[in-house]
Amino acid sequence: MGGSTGCWVRDFLRSSIGKKGVMATTGLMLFGFVVVHLLGNLQVFLPDKHALTEYGHMIKSKPLVLWGARLGLLVIVLLHVATAIRLALENKAARPVKYQVRRWREADYAARTMMVSGPLILIYAVYHLLHFTTGHAHSNFNPDDVYANVVTAFQNKAVSLVYIVAMLMLAQHLSHGLWSMCQTFGVNHPKYTPTLRFASIAIASAIAVGYISIPVSVMLGILK
Amino acid sequence: MKLKLHIWRQRGPREAGKMVTYDVPDASPEMSFLEMLDVLNERLIEKGEDPVAFDHDCREGICGMCGIVIDGIPHGPKPATTTCQLHMRSFKDGDEIVLEPFRAGAFPVVRDLAVDRAAFDRVIAAGGFISVNTGNAPEANSSPISKKSADLAMDAAACIGCGACVAACPNASAMLFTAAKVSHLGLLPQGQPERASRAQKMVRQMDKEGFGNCTNTRECEAACPKSIGVEFIARMNRDYISASILDRPEVEGGGGA
Amino acid sequence: MELKSNIPSGPMAQKWEKHRFDMKLVNPANKRKYTVLVVGTGLAGASAAASMAELGYKVKAYCFQDSPRRAHSIAAQGGINAAKNYCNDGDSVHRLFYDTVKGGDYRAREANVHRLAEISVGIIDQCVAQGVPFAREYGGLLANRSFGGTQVSRTFYARGQTGQQLLLGAYQALERQIGLGNVEMFPRTEMLDLILVNGAARGIVTRHLVTGKVDVHTGDAVCLATGGYGNLFFLSTNAKHCNVSAIWRAHRRGALMANPCYTQIHPTCIPVSGEYQSKLTLMSESLRNDGRIWVPVQKGDKRSPQQIPEGERDYYLERRYPSFGNLVPRDVASRAAKAACDEGRGVGPGGLGVYLDFGDAIKRLGEKTISDKYGNLFEMYERITDENPYKLPMRIYPAIHYTMGGLWVDYNLMSNVPGLFVLGEANFSDHGANRLGASALMQGLADGYFILPYTIGHYLASSKLEKIEPDNAACKSVLEEVAGRVARLLAIRGKRSPDSFHRELGKIMWDHCGMGRNAAGLQKALQRIPELREEFWKNLAVTGAGDEFNQQLEKAGRVADFLEFGELTCTDALHRNESCGGHFREEFQTPEGEARRDDDKFAYVGAWEWKGAGQKAELHKEPLTFEIVHPTQRSYK
Ligand SMILES: Cc1cc2nc3c(=O)[nH]c(=O)nc-3n(C[C@H](O)[C@H](O)[C@H](O)COP(=O)(O)OP(=O)(O)OC[C@H]3O[C@@H](n4cnc5c(N)ncnc54)[C@H](O)[C@@H]3O)c2cc1C
Ligand code: HEM
Ligand code: HEM
Ligand code: SF4
Ligand code: F3S
Ligand code: FES
Repeated sequence: MGGSTGCWVRDFLRSSIGKKGVMATTGLMLFGFVVVHLLGNLQVFLPDKHALTEYGHMIKSKPLVLWGARLGLLVIVLLHVATAIRLALENKAARPVKYQVRRWREADYAARTMMVSGPLILIYAVYHLLHFTTGHAHSNFNPDDVYANVVTAFQNKAVSLVYIVAMLMLAQHLSHGLWSMCQTFGVNHPKYTPTLRFASIAIASAIAVGYISIPVSVMLGILK
Repeated sequence: MKLKLHIWRQRGPREAGKMVTYDVPDASPEMSFLEMLDVLNERLIEKGEDPVAFDHDCREGICGMCGIVIDGIPHGPKPATTTCQLHMRSFKDGDEIVLEPFRAGAFPVVRDLAVDRAAFDRVIAAGGFISVNTGNAPEANSSPISKKSADLAMDAAACIGCGACVAACPNASAMLFTAAKVSHLGLLPQGQPERASRAQKMVRQMDKEGFGNCTNTRECEAACPKSIGVEFIARMNRDYISASILDRPEVEGGGGA
Repeated sequence: MELKSNIPSGPMAQKWEKHRFDMKLVNPANKRKYTVLVVGTGLAGASAAASMAELGYKVKAYCFQDSPRRAHSIAAQGGINAAKNYCNDGDSVHRLFYDTVKGGDYRAREANVHRLAEISVGIIDQCVAQGVPFAREYGGLLANRSFGGTQVSRTFYARGQTGQQLLLGAYQALERQIGLGNVEMFPRTEMLDLILVNGAARGIVTRHLVTGKVDVHTGDAVCLATGGYGNLFFLSTNAKHCNVSAIWRAHRRGALMANPCYTQIHPTCIPVSGEYQSKLTLMSESLRNDGRIWVPVQKGDKRSPQQIPEGERDYYLERRYPSFGNLVPRDVASRAAKAACDEGRGVGPGGLGVYLDFGDAIKRLGEKTISDKYGNLFEMYERITDENPYKLPMRIYPAIHYTMGGLWVDYNLMSNVPGLFVLGEANFSDHGANRLGASALMQGLADGYFILPYTIGHYLASSKLEKIEPDNAACKSVLEEVAGRVARLLAIRGKRSPDSFHRELGKIMWDHCGMGRNAAGLQKALQRIPELREEFWKNLAVTGAGDEFNQQLEKAGRVADFLEFGELTCTDALHRNESCGGHFREEFQTPEGEARRDDDKFAYVGAWEWKGAGQKAELHKEPLTFEIVHPTQRSYK
């Protein structure tokens, strides 16, 4: 029936469902990172103000693990982004003449704007690396005191605002992304689907709340 | 009822189209939407103008031939209803209604509101069947099928091939149509021998036709006149992914002759 | 001309088996040298095309819809009969045979019907193997229901979408063969004429409906599976594009048209709501199991149904047929409704409707039970009429539904033109003067899966067929005729749309050749139709051109053929001085108002031969003999 390259992996990755599989797999991994990173970051609330910093030191003391993870993360992000772009281009091409009038019934805002929330997260991530990892975007960066970096940064209202908005984007991305991921992997069953849909929104919101709690606490003076 | 219609007019697949406005001064709420267009067309013929081309046949919501995007919704505002089963009482006196064809690269416009959906037939020809020659069948009751499976298969089999799912999908994806057939056959014992290869062949053909990719936005489900759910898309994903990973390579090509 | 039915000799139950042995076979290696053209991809055409391609023939198939999956067979709701006797209620091949001959009011060939009953069993096996999701019992085995007044449950069904599921099965088999390259499919292609070479059917002329291109297709045999002609009446339960053109064009080339006046009317359709009405929607007959049919006693009673007290309602079926009541057969129920409306007691807009009331049933069984049984039908009714049948009685009226007549064929499904085979609703074969519910699907699939693939082999193996090129003189002359006709339709540039002529023709047919017919009315119709036809050719308005997608042009060609065919139908109805099945001549009824057959004079198939435009068609008779089922008069009192 044509279109077969003879290699199943390539066939799979070229197919629409295969590409979705890549999105979902990388999405799942990114989600995993976001969760772990959140747990790591929440150490700011530990009574021991050095916990976060030590955690950072601990990671940096194992360069192999660190760079391995960084490389992995980079590959995942690149795959996720490249596939997203490819899907978006194909989808655009699939409807050469646009509708004059369009009305939506099921597709919520989050679902329709994955290609907005995603790139915004990417832009945010670049800024975030320059901010907390390299320090280029940080006015008084101290590579040895992660806790201080966080607190001083969020004392600036503009910076906090950027973070809060970015986290809302992330929540939006995940509110559709998590359910979408299940659907792509074929997890859909009348018994569980309503729960799943609710759960993706709940988990996405919980993650955002978790992250946002940090800048907010700094601004409220809870973290100093 | 007095209505103003904005209708997409396009002479042929390669010609440019545009919206043209028509007045229908005397629609009745009892009319079906297509009868309202019949009335408009009769009037255009009287004036010697080209009537609006649109596909239709059974006018009972079963043949899948009709399909117009009405005010941005394929088959119009009434849920689970084909264009031919829509009645003018779903509209109000004085309404302005926008009529467009099902838009997708894989569905070239034939003329005005009529499109070519041959891509669907090719997706079926690629594998949407059970390979059983006439005369080859075992006694019908030799394999019992649980009522639930049979009912679920019937839910999927109810697809009328209208293409509204493609028209509604923000990505012009044909996943719902394809999934409905993969699921219908995959849910029955008779469909098992070809289950893996069927999913692969149909998806491959679907991709080849230039439909978009599903991003799970569920517009298709909302537009489907037969209420076919995206649950079947998940089912097809499952079949496709496991087939891609686990199915043994084919020794010899072909549609199973 | 002698009509040879070619019914095999021998005992009824062994004829088909014997015949299958006697028929010649085509060597498998030779099959691919033969090309078979199949026009129509409904149940009959799709099943035939797929089965022949599986055997190895080269097949070309045509339909006018954009996909073979949309043929009108898709709309059949109720079910398909088969003598499986799964319900252990005494069904058998013989009983199905018997019921069908009797139901056809003794105007069908016994041998054909017996074969149909034999084959019915294999159809279900085949369909299940293809994945048709028939309804099942909790134990996982197939479910059956009773249908159309038979005393056994032999109807298989897939929700209310049996025709759809059966057609999709055949369509998928067809698509499989298309994918394998054994069938070449021509959708949106309409057959406009038949090509004969040396007296045998060797090709067709088609018009591609998108490009307007007129083409010749040649082959070794032509099969017409183009469905019924119910749209002769304009308003019917058929799809909008169903037409008579293919078989009418074949008729004009010499194929005999049999029993065109046998048309079936379905009693439970949703009535007309206005002038613009474009088609009628059927509602399952099963509604009559619980609904009670009535009209007001008083003429012109304009009160709403709830305001009419019990005493002022006339439950006319229960009154006239106390033992069968609301369950009398289709034709009886239909005529009774017409009679009530003719008396001025009809209800709804235009007074063309009677009530089908579920009030009592809801009181007796509860709304829940009724909605479990008929929920989807009630919903459909409400969608169309915007009236809630749980509160108000439904309004129903009879409508044209099925046509038993069609091209004459012999036992091998071949017409009198060698190499022209006709199957499905397009032929006249198995239903006599009246078709039983759930039997049309059975017949279409029997013809396509199990009869034609055998009999066509016999024809091909026993005929000498030289190769024909499309530029052959015979092909070219038909091609030119067709192109000329298309040009003529376009050249008129008059004032009236094709639809307006069709509507008017339909009204003439319905008024004079509908549920009740009489000589005076038929004569009137026979006078009106030629006049209308003349006006058509003078005052038709077709916009646009021939080399483009032109739906008005398509329509005009079909209406032109209906305008000729309608005349023949009335001629047939006028000549048949008896009432039988769907043909009710008011002059021929019993004192109780029942149909009165005249077996001495009319126990024959009336097959008409075209004698040229403006000439009277010539009648040929194929006598019918009844070895097993002896004719009796029906009574439903
Ligand atoms: C509403 C309704 C309900 C019914 N319910 C039942 C039921 O429950 N049980 C039952 O047994 N029967 C039922 N019937 C009857 C049954 O559906 C039909 O008799 C049967 O399906 C006819 O099948 P067919 O293959 O002969 O023709 P169709 O399915 O009508 O197919 C005709 C084919 O011919 C093609 N065609 C026609 N003319 C041309 C041309 N000139 N050129 C090219 N192609 C052409 C069309 O494109 C189409 O593919 C019902 C009928 C109706 C109208
Ligand atoms: C309030 C929210 C957040 C805070 C306070 C925060 C804090 C930090 C800090 C302090 C670091 C530096 C760690 C170190 O150098 O030891 C870091 C690194 C990083 N953060 Fe965040 N983060 C937040 C949200 C996010 C989000 C939402 C993402 C993902 C989209 C993200 C992605 C990253 C990445 C990729 C790194 C680099 C890891 C590495 O060193 O390779 N962060 N973050
Ligand atoms: C921390 C960052 C991110 C996380 C956790 C994440 C997670 C996810 C998840 C779980 C999905 C669902 C996959 C599926 O549909 O099966 C998804 C989809 C998507 N992501 Fe991301 N993503 C992130 C970053 C990005 C970025 C940077 C982009 C943009 C360029 C992006 C673009 C998309 C798009 C367009 C989709 C939609 C695909 C679809 O719905 O099928 N994402 N993402
Ligand atoms: S899935 Fe629904 S919308 Fe899509 S073709 Fe089938 S019936 Fe139409
Ligand atoms: S609308 Fe389109 S995005 Fe997927 S869920 Fe339906 S195909
Ligand atoms: S015309 Fe057949 S579904 Fe609408």
